[in-house]
Amino acid sequence: MNKPTTVADSASKRNTDSSTSKVVKKLTKVVSEQHIWIFLILCMVVFSFASPYFLTLNNLGNVLTQGSFIGLLAVGMTLVMINGEIDLSVGAVLALASALAIGLQPSIGVWPAILVALLAGTFFGFINGAIVAMSGMHSFVVTLGALIGIRGVVFVYTGEQALMVEDFSYTEYVEIYLGPLSLTAMIFIGFALLFQWVLSNTRHGREAYAIGDNIKSAHEAGIRIKRHKIINFALCSFLAAVAGVLLSMRLGTAEPNAGRIWELWTIIAIVLGGTRLTGGYGSMWKTLGGVITLAVLLNGLRLLNTPNYIELMVMGVVLILALILDKTLASRQAR
Amino acid sequence: MSNIVLTADKITKVFPGVIALDKVSFDIKAGEVHALMGENGAGKSTLMKVLSGIYQPDGGAIHHLGKLVVVSSPKEARALGILLVHQELSLSPELSVAENIYLGEWPTNRFGILKKRLMNNLAQKALDSLGSDIDPQIRCGSLSIAKQQMVEIARTLAFNANVVIFDEPTGTLTNTEKVQLFDVIRSLKKSGVAIVYISHKMDEIFEITDRITVLRDGEVQGTVSTAESSVADITKRMIGRDLDQYFHRAKSEIGHVILELHNLSKDGLFRNVSFSVRKGEVVGLYGLIGAGRSEVAETIFGVRQRDSGEVIFDGNDVNYSSPREAIQGGMTLVPEDRKGQGLILGMGGRHNMTLPHLDMFSKMGVTNVSDELTVFEDYKARLDIKITGPEQLLSDLSGGNQQKIVLAKWLCAGPKLIILDEPTRGIDVGSKSSIHEHIAQLAEQGLAVIVISSEMPEVIGVSHRILAMANGELVGEFSGKEMTEENLITAVSVLPRAS
Repeated sequence: MNKPTTVADSASKRNTDSSTSKVVKKLTKVVSEQHIWIFLILCMVVFSFASPYFLTLNNLGNVLTQGSFIGLLAVGMTLVMINGEIDLSVGAVLALASALAIGLQPSIGVWPAILVALLAGTFFGFINGAIVAMSGMHSFVVTLGALIGIRGVVFVYTGEQALMVEDFSYTEYVEIYLGPLSLTAMIFIGFALLFQWVLSNTRHGREAYAIGDNIKSAHEAGIRIKRHKIINFALCSFLAAVAGVLLSMRLGTAEPNAGRIWELWTIIAIVLGGTRLTGGYGSMWKTLGGVITLAVLLNGLRLLNTPNYIELMVMGVVLILALILDKTLASRQAR
Repeated sequence: MSNIVLTADKITKVFPGVIALDKVSFDIKAGEVHALMGENGAGKSTLMKVLSGIYQPDGGAIHHLGKLVVVSSPKEARALGILLVHQELSLSPELSVAENIYLGEWPTNRFGILKKRLMNNLAQKALDSLGSDIDPQIRCGSLSIAKQQMVEIARTLAFNANVVIFDEPTGTLTNTEKVQLFDVIRSLKKSGVAIVYISHKMDEIFEITDRITVLRDGEVQGTVSTAESSVADITKRMIGRDLDQYFHRAKSEIGHVILELHNLSKDGLFRNVSFSVRKGEVVGLYGLIGAGRSEVAETIFGVRQRDSGEVIFDGNDVNYSSPREAIQGGMTLVPEDRKGQGLILGMGGRHNMTLPHLDMFSKMGVTNVSDELTVFEDYKARLDIKITGPEQLLSDLSGGNQQKIVLAKWLCAGPKLIILDEPTRGIDVGSKSSIHEHIAQLAEQGLAVIVISSEMPEVIGVSHRILAMANGELVGEFSGKEMTEENLITAVSVLPRAS
């Protein structure tokens, strides 16, 4: 500022400034570290011009709700990925939880069915984690097996049919809105924020980075790696089960094919966000950004009536563009 | 003796096929810097891993402050006060400095929530007492190697260590950083900490240590007081014979100039490097890591592109844009990092040898296996490579035999110039000696040889002429009687230019 200011002036300004400048500083820091948010804003600007329906509160609320399912999977998988592992079984676990939540309702009631669905999901995550941690096999292989096996369980349980909910009031449980924000979206964002806090402020969260970053030094420092990984796999599957239950509420049916290849979209969302597949680096902020960007892209392309196969091509190109952007920005900052 | 902190009593450790430690006994006193010396593979690092709980011994006992202890994990070693400062730093780059210092012992409340402020304050205290200005909240990966080492040392203070083991701590440090490290070691010593110092650098050992224990092939070759010992004595204990018999200098006829560099420069790496190498000559390129030696070699070889200067090779002005061109031109570079660059460990000996020259061994993209096998058998015999057959995986071979495969790989193209970057790093004494013999043979067969090495006895032992590099510049040239360790050290100990 070139204009001379009086002492009193600047003092009062400093008072009001300090809180806003803090927020601005924090925001710029987040954005500069999380390139995905820049990319997201870019996408939103493009779609706002391309379609008049895009930038409406209603549509944006929808985008968030639609993104929440992949989002919940991604929150869990981010934990696993920071550990340097991967969980390919999330889509199958989602389908299982969704089938159990609907299929068990007539016999044991709605809430017990949901509870069983969540427990079953968590159980399979625990098994995945235990096998990975104990056997030393790569989680890619273990969870690839789980993906096929659990999907098989779903087909057996549903008898290869879509299960329909008998009492349709079940689908109204999630019809709670805070403005444009649905309950599903709130649950997703809530879990993302919770686990971001866990990652940055708890022992378990920091250990996740230590293990993914340098497993040898983590082991030598006495961190209980096996226990830690099992917990993260269980959390990951629990969140997948939550997504499954929410999906069954939203649709009122449970398809045995639900969530098929969603594990791939989940990985794409996470990588798009900037979390590293190799472990040791990442955050829920990045994943949140990646998930929303993916949802915005899908939504924008649909609003523009893009044919399905073109949509896939665009998504592929965009994914690579976003990663190039991340690489260039990161190397510029390193300089 | 009351001031003995740690005693290793007849420690034995067996790995499949080798006895890494054979009834090793030694002790460390409070306020003492005790050197542990030996060639690579002598068992130094294994012994330290046993003392710090990473490995479990197969026999023998450890006494700590007079009590028999079983150190079954690094965590237990830490609880006893035994800490290791790793050769390859063991920090997590994405965690903060404070988190790294307290890794595994993070202060938390009973819900597992970190007490970050407490941790940062404690870390700050530990760093302050080292006289370091590192911010404990900064990301560890953003620190230089020397500062990361300070973080590891701060860890020893944070856990009140009474035994600190330094495993080759100066490998990647500059001279100024080394001086700082030695100051820290001296102040640790003054406060009564028992220090084990592992290194194979004689000058450091004689500067900082009080006693020296020498290991060879897993056995103790004696413990001596530093003041009463000499470089020759220690070397003899390390290699088991006199140095003169250990190296082989080529008795070759020196011919015409094969390679000439004129003011070769590359921004930020090296400046105005000029020298020449003749047919049949072995030229040593000596310097510390980071001096620019390997970078010069890589630039000649087309891995990097020069900014200015010229390279005249075999009478032609050349500027190779890729290693492939350089190989075709008749030049060879044997890289330093065998596993990373030189060899594919998951492939057999035959495939590794012919990999860079598949053009030579194939017609229309199909390799001629019988030609490959002939070459394989030829070099197996010539270099005495211990390998069961052409398909045995290299991961099953010893370091020395892997190095011979690397040599064979580059020789079978019939080059005029061969550049060897740290040809004997990380291999056992016997193989080292045989590699030196091969270097001599190469020169005697009429090749021009450049040997890049940071081991002084090695460059002095094998070279006809030594070029010394420091901070990206050529700082000295020595031949004949001028090739002494003193001259080399003086030459490379110039302070970095303020730039």
